[in-house]
Amino acid sequence: MSMRKALLAACSALVVGCGAAPAESPNLGKAVSPEEIASWDISIGPDGAGLPSGSGTPQQGEQVYLAKCLACHGEKGSGKPNDQLVGGQGSLGPGQAPVKTVGSFWPYATTLFDYVRRAMPLNESKSLRDDEVYAVVAYILQLNGVIGENDTIDAQTLPAVRMPNRDGFVRFSRGK
Amino acid sequence: MPKNKRPMPSEPEQAAGNGLLDRRLFLTGGAAAIGSAALPDDVPAAEALPVESWMKTPGSPFVPYGQPSRYASKVARIFASAPGTTGTGASRTPHHLLDGTITPNGLHFERHHSGIPEINPEAHRLLIHGLVKRPLVYTLDALMRYPMESRIAFIECAGNSAQLYQKEPAPLGLQSLHGLLSCAEWTGVRLAALLEDAGVDPRAQWILAEGADASGMSRSVPLAKAMGDALVAIYQNGEPVRPSNGYPMRLLLPGYEGNANVKWLRRIKLTEGPTMTKDETSKYTILQNDGKSLQFCFAQEAKSVITRPSPGLTMGAPGLYEIAGLAWSGYGKIAKVEVSADGGASWALAALQEPVLPMAVTRFRSPWRWDGGAATLQSRATDDSGYVQPSRSRLIADRGARTNYHFNGIASWGVAQGGEVKHVYA
Repeated sequence: MSMRKALLAACSALVVGCGAAPAESPNLGKAVSPEEIASWDISIGPDGAGLPSGSGTPQQGEQVYLAKCLACHGEKGSGKPNDQLVGGQGSLGPGQAPVKTVGSFWPYATTLFDYVRRAMPLNESKSLRDDEVYAVVAYILQLNGVIGENDTIDAQTLPAVRMPNRDGFVRFSRGK
Repeated sequence: MPKNKRPMPSEPEQAAGNGLLDRRLFLTGGAAAIGSAALPDDVPAAEALPVESWMKTPGSPFVPYGQPSRYASKVARIFASAPGTTGTGASRTPHHLLDGTITPNGLHFERHHSGIPEINPEAHRLLIHGLVKRPLVYTLDALMRYPMESRIAFIECAGNSAQLYQKEPAPLGLQSLHGLLSCAEWTGVRLAALLEDAGVDPRAQWILAEGADASGMSRSVPLAKAMGDALVAIYQNGEPVRPSNGYPMRLLLPGYEGNANVKWLRRIKLTEGPTMTKDETSKYTILQNDGKSLQFCFAQEAKSVITRPSPGLTMGAPGLYEIAGLAWSGYGKIAKVEVSADGGASWALAALQEPVLPMAVTRFRSPWRWDGGAATLQSRATDDSGYVQPSRSRLIADRGARTNYHFNGIASWGVAQGGEVKHVYA
């Protein structure tokens, strides 16, 4: 190896070692625009980031629930055969039998919109229109007493909903 | 003195109570020495050896993809689905019928939230966006051009062994109790390489990983893990990842609870904070006695279990047995495993079979002379951070039993006189 090549090799080793330049990459990703991403970008942050336009009320949501949700989640979210959605508030404390529902356990109302829109109803997920999702979210929140019968849920009101168990979570650290 | 220079004892060395022998017994020729010392007088005579039909006629032709012997058909997963569904639930690995450390692909445990999607790999895309300088989308062909790395890693469902939180010991076999654990060699592209392609915005602290299944299973993961040992895995034990494990690609987060290792990976979004998805709030959190729930319990704690003997198997005649089992830690390597045959009153060091790898299962073995009487078998793992697997009662005293997640306490197998093996609490 010539002196010049040796110096070059030493320099590039140093650069890699310092992390001053990114590792070489085939760079085979293709650029995409926000419009092209839109149909996939369905996650909703706890601050409401990502919520679409549209709205719904508990009354409208009851119709959606009866048609799409009742068979798995029971009358008024009472559960069976699948998860109970309503009730259980105050059941998490020491010595009690915990009943974990949207109302008693879920810390963020935004999660309910995110999950219903992406995953429910199980056999035809992503089939509800955004207005229907807002409405059925409103219905479940109202059954849990978290919002009133005449409240409207939309991109502004949903992140403002304070869930009863909002402060019920502690970030895990090892040794606890 | 180096241990291989150690003089062999003339008698099997008792390492702990109720018949546990020195772990080196099988390793250093000790069995022969002991065998000669303990040769029974009444070795039963074998029958004349027949020449079977398969020794005389040509066997079956080639097949494109090999299958196990039809006589091994019991080496299979068991599974259950949620009411009204067919593919929403879990299947479990039959560790009582396996040995070694690598789980065959057809026996790797599964947990699906809306069945197994049949993904056309040519139509599959991996999107990286959010807090990046330029959002990018990758095809499978594009990823195949990237440098690959392999990691032998366990994946354990956070709900593995959940039945051990119950008040009474569940009358179930090892497969039901500890079958949501598997270990494979995963090969793929470092997620960090793709994130560097996109250019990470300094505000990003988390990623959201999302699957292409009908449930859009999604989890938030700290960016540090994504930039660390995370892989976009394309191969599982050398072949394309199985559909049940995320074909054509899955996220592999070594040591992390299974749910975070998102299958059918279609999207990574960089975010400032966690997205607070359904699974990381309402499901994979640990409700403690005080009513507060631990959240983001990512790494699986050190844990071990005896796979043989275990409930689901029956002992034969009294005599010399090998106790075999698995140990693993999401925090590093297994440093030691101890085995007890008297319900934890005394412990013997087990032999650890190489290789001992971080975030992979380690096979341990311990010789045991079963006298035909009652015994309670336990194993206790310690990882290289010094963490010791707790007893069931210690774990529940610390954390309560109001959750289904992250049970890593010691399991107890009761061997009854006569050889029946049952799940017990001790």
